[in-house]
Amino acid sequence: MGEIAALRDAIADLAFDGATVALEGFTHLIPVAAGQEIIRQGRRDLTLVRMTPDIVYDQMIGAGCARKLVFSWAGNPGVGSLHRFRDAVQNGWPVPLEIEEHSHAGMANRYVAGAAGLPFAVLRGYVGTDLVAQTPNIKPITCPFTGEVLTAVPALNPDVGIVHAQRADRAGNVQMWGITGVHKEVVLASKRSLVTVEEVVDHLDPRPGAMILPHWAITYVAEVPGGAHPSYAMGYSERDNDYYQAWDAISRDRDAFNAWLAGTVMPEVRA
Amino acid sequence: MSWSADEMMTIAAARALRDGARCFVGIGRPSTAANLARRTHAPDLVLIYESGTIGAKPGTLPLSIGDGVLAETADTVVSVPEIFNYWLQPGRIDVGFLGAAQIDRYGNINTTVIGDDYRSPRVRLPGAGGAPEIAASCREVIVIVKQSPRAFVERVDFVTSVGYGSGPGDRARLGLTGRGPALVITDLGILEPDPETAELTLTQVHPGVDPAQASAATGWPLAIAGTLGTTPAPTAAELAALRELNRQAGPEEAR
Repeated sequence: MGEIAALRDAIADLAFDGATVALEGFTHLIPVAAGQEIIRQGRRDLTLVRMTPDIVYDQMIGAGCARKLVFSWAGNPGVGSLHRFRDAVQNGWPVPLEIEEHSHAGMANRYVAGAAGLPFAVLRGYVGTDLVAQTPNIKPITCPFTGEVLTAVPALNPDVGIVHAQRADRAGNVQMWGITGVHKEVVLASKRSLVTVEEVVDHLDPRPGAMILPHWAITYVAEVPGGAHPSYAMGYSERDNDYYQAWDAISRDRDAFNAWLAGTVMPEVRA
Repeated sequence: MSWSADEMMTIAAARALRDGARCFVGIGRPSTAANLARRTHAPDLVLIYESGTIGAKPGTLPLSIGDGVLAETADTVVSVPEIFNYWLQPGRIDVGFLGAAQIDRYGNINTTVIGDDYRSPRVRLPGAGGAPEIAASCREVIVIVKQSPRAFVERVDFVTSVGYGSGPGDRARLGLTGRGPALVITDLGILEPDPETAELTLTQVHPGVDPAQASAATGWPLAIAGTLGTTPAPTAAELAALRELNRQAGPEEAR
């Protein structure tokens, strides 16, 4: 538990064809390097789960890793559309992509239920929207105490949950701070997990506001400096806004994307 | 002094925010307007971003809802489940700021798909994000969207976020706790729901705009208020503050 491993070995052990895989990180601490390792290992038919599919999921979808996407907002933040995602939904390229669509509140609560070992979560949400008709995983539920009708969404329990964090100690305890999104929830909700970190240190100095995930709640920890790029790790790196901008042109065209994939992702060898 | 329609729109949106209000802010124009308000008439405006940053006080415009500057300057940073469950859902937030790809005459918003077939859309848009619950639970909603027949449609292709549904009484029937869209601010003027019919009605035009322009940019027969107001022109201070924000943030294409 909390075993320190090489990224390649951790992904090889965790991710299998057909698995449900969630990579999380709300703008901050997105495990991009781990997603690209999944591409390199050629995984197929994945159900990809993520609240905000952005560049790394566009890359995984364009590379043909995904059969299905479960999400609540798919875009290139501050830039525009995800062109590989759109091509998959609108044209089935490179393979058809089934979608299951939620709101942020719904997805966040699905992780909460998953982490809590409950079968579903209850919220005030979705009512009156057309999402209800398109997503079978949104159902009304009546409160047994007041009779009020609310909304239920089922727990998310991915086969694999992956996040990035600032650092870990040698026992595999993970420390993270800043915007932590649904990091805790996805790790606890998933059957197995991987946390990539900027660095592995001898001792985790206490930090105000920092969150610790104990080693025994995590399957693998992998040291991947810069593993969140082009997103960022507060205290270690800045968000690379130019990359998000540049992705628009690369992803717009199938050939440009394939060339980028062959030139940038596929050759990379990590220790 | 001259200004662009875009600047007028952002300034009108900033003015709609009262000092001290707690405001749920999306990235892009809502964030620009909210930060402008904080630099002009509303220094105590509480900016809340769905990334979990409460009371953010960014010195420069953030480029994403999760920029480091938001976390560094926030009163507190909470998880995403907490921001939705503890802060938004019970009605603790006064104003929700939303954009739209399409909006209809009852203020319903579409940010999901263009086209009749959800499974095979003409254009796939990013989707819901936080918007459905922001539209449901904030005490009121302000929508910022450029006015055009493509955006202002009789009926949205997909209801991502509920405005007034199909008319008066729908929000109460659905159990939505917030009041719904109070203002729709465009590059041409301001629309408000009619108190009787809930239909979006042009109540104000920006300086130099003819109401006929607004009608032409609307995909349904636009109701125009009997006493149509004119938005006060931007002040020199407002324009200077807005331009300084934009200058610091860099060229627009990088945002």
